[in-house]
Amino acid sequence: MADLQAAIGADRARAVPLELALYSRDAGLAEGSAGAICFPHDAAQVATAVGCAQRLGVPFVARGSGTGLAGGATPLDDALVIVMTQLDQIVAIDARSRTAWVEPGVLNLDLTRAVTPFGLHYAPDPSSQQACTIGGNVGTNAGGPHCLATGSTTAHVLAVECVLPDGSTVMLGGEAPDAPGFDLRGTFVGSEGTMGITTRVLVRLMPNPPAVRTLLLDFSAIDDAAATVSGIIAAGVLPAALEMMDAQITRAVEDFVGAGYPRDADAVLLVEVDGLPEGVTQQAGIVASIGREHGARSARIARDEAERALLWKGRKSAFGAIARIAPDYYLHDAVVPRTKLVEVLRRVYAIADEQRLTMMNVFHAGDGNLHPLIVFDRREAGTWERVYDAGTQILEACLAAGGVLSGEHGIGIEKRDLMGRFFSPADLDAQARLVEAFDPRGLANPRKVLPAGSRCGELGVNRPVPDGTWV
Amino acid sequence: MTRTVDDVIEAVRGAASLEPVGARTHAEVANPVRSGAVEIRAPAGIVAHDPADLTVTALAGTTFDALDAQLAAHGQFVPLDPRDRAATIGGTLATGLSGVRRLGYGPLRDTVLEVRFVSGYGEVVKGGGPTVKNVTGYDLPRLLVGSLGSLGVIVQATLRCRPRPVVSTWITTPRRPTDVAERLLRPKAVLFDTRSTFVLLEGDAADVAAERANAGLDDVEARQVEPNDVEPRDVEPPSLPKGPHRGRVSVPIARLEACAAELGALGRGLTWLAEWGVGTVHVAADDVAAVLAARRIAETHGGWLLREAGLAGVDGFGVSIPNARLHGRVKDALDPLGKLAPGRFEMGAVA
Repeated sequence: MADLQAAIGADRARAVPLELALYSRDAGLAEGSAGAICFPHDAAQVATAVGCAQRLGVPFVARGSGTGLAGGATPLDDALVIVMTQLDQIVAIDARSRTAWVEPGVLNLDLTRAVTPFGLHYAPDPSSQQACTIGGNVGTNAGGPHCLATGSTTAHVLAVECVLPDGSTVMLGGEAPDAPGFDLRGTFVGSEGTMGITTRVLVRLMPNPPAVRTLLLDFSAIDDAAATVSGIIAAGVLPAALEMMDAQITRAVEDFVGAGYPRDADAVLLVEVDGLPEGVTQQAGIVASIGREHGARSARIARDEAERALLWKGRKSAFGAIARIAPDYYLHDAVVPRTKLVEVLRRVYAIADEQRLTMMNVFHAGDGNLHPLIVFDRREAGTWERVYDAGTQILEACLAAGGVLSGEHGIGIEKRDLMGRFFSPADLDAQARLVEAFDPRGLANPRKVLPAGSRCGELGVNRPVPDGTWV
Repeated sequence: MTRTVDDVIEAVRGAASLEPVGARTHAEVANPVRSGAVEIRAPAGIVAHDPADLTVTALAGTTFDALDAQLAAHGQFVPLDPRDRAATIGGTLATGLSGVRRLGYGPLRDTVLEVRFVSGYGEVVKGGGPTVKNVTGYDLPRLLVGSLGSLGVIVQATLRCRPRPVVSTWITTPRRPTDVAERLLRPKAVLFDTRSTFVLLEGDAADVAAERANAGLDDVEARQVEPNDVEPRDVEPPSLPKGPHRGRVSVPIARLEACAAELGALGRGLTWLAEWGVGTVHVAADDVAAVLAARRIAETHGGWLLREAGLAGVDGFGVSIPNARLHGRVKDALDPLGKLAPGRFEMGAVA
């Protein structure tokens, strides 16, 4: 600690009990333990902090806003928490090239706001975009509703400057396409802080579409809504976003924000198409008619920007709404092939019934990214065990249907020990060796992502997560 | 001939030095494998295609032509766009060269969802997953794309499909690329050479018509491609530069037009075609010196030139591999004995 304070300033490195407790977790369920916290204000100080940890053999964890849900930023083994939020400058915007250099502490939504005057936006839009940082987005390869059409974070990151676990600073990728050698940029994005710490990012920006249509389709059977999703994809329409909400979450949101969602629907679909006015009108018509063919009771098109914003506010407030229903929730994240949505949803509801739990679903239906959400009260004896079992059963059902463990939240601690259900020992071995190539001493966010022999960071139960939590 | 994945495993375990090959359509990219390597090929065949899910899984030895025929029958495509349709899926991914529709459909690496390869340990390793969105585990698919056979023998891949566009139109105009491109919302390609700009518009008829009108491209020469037509002529862009010696320039997008202007002024029989908004310039010439001159121009603009064909005795990159130590450790992680494609990333004779 004295070393670190001498290197980056006494006020920038601390080990105060209250702060250590605050930084011992992210928005997920795992509780860890921080040994010290530091707040570097530039890349050189990040390198200094990492070098210091390396010299002392202390593990370190980078942290953005702490909105992650899988425990990726939760420190284990009294790790040094390196808080990146003070590296918050948008370094350069090149509107003609449609790129920008940004520091990792820049908030996702602030980046889009900064490039709006140029008619551009940054496409990945996790629901926590008001709070989450670009660096955290790089760490988890974050998604969001609009990744359906344009891909997750890795498709929008051209280069990453990072501090490797040995304290050296490198540039992965670059301004010119396809840097010679392996795609280390692609390997680094989504590595959840286990390969180093992002200090600067070159992002790709996209032109704002001149026309956007947002539709709300409501159904009296969730199967019909799921079949509509498959129908839209099969018809060759690729919407900008395609979100589903079930009956319970729809009512909860309506009570919370009054977005104009039908309270009596069994499921609603929020569909957005964008582009040029002509094509958008045509596509909205196709979406509405596919919905009606599958039993949609109504297909409402937002009349203006205010109504469109309200429809999205409902979707993005889903997790604030839940806090009104029960004190605790456990939010899952898994992906299944889109053709298996109906089958898997039925199984997911059956699991909740068997475990006598309240389950809600609000998710990115267009890419098969489920977010089953269990609401509960941890004060009721035996509840947490049932919540945990149901969660595992849901993930098993997704895997059995040809799905994967996570679509956008990451593995972190939460799903680390389930990795062996999806990957073979040889697969995991290859991944472990790859991490070792970046971090030979295993000090960068150790014991995350890949299963290990010992367990730490006991799973506990979370407090309600604030409005705008990343889903 | 390799029949199964097990044959690949056996070959990797048994040999000291291997060169994974596909159809040899892009075999001269980067540096040659050191002599003495045994050729190894992946098996071929479509494993699964679920049209409603817009994903396809194929063994790596499947040719792009065969894959495209399968997809076309269901009104879909995968934008791999290899220069030669005889190229295999595995070879295309290992080479890592994106097609000319990159501006519209993204780089090659963004199309790959899951990859299975035989590592230098002689084990089948799966990376990624079969769904269209996935962050389960480390991103091995992107690592393998462009690895030139030196991290593993790719044996199978799952790719993201797209609906085949209803309308596909190449338009030629004498206007400069930026002037045209900045008035288009989602062009699939904007290519240019000294004289012309070539724009590819794809999508619904209404969208394409609107894009044309907005960009003032209604009165210029256009060639409409019939939907679902799989004939090679209908998916080929304005022809890429041809010649015995070929290379691919990469420069920052902001430097592309300045770089292209210098290439245009070079003469020496150099032909070139640049990708606006991407930073790639395809170059070709009858003599090595012209391509080497193009390489020097690329370097002055903060880029480099990758050897694609010919250029015997010339280094594949002309610049050292960035982060060489880390690069070497990643290689060792998957191929500790250096069995796979030795020499691909090593500096050749002439820069």
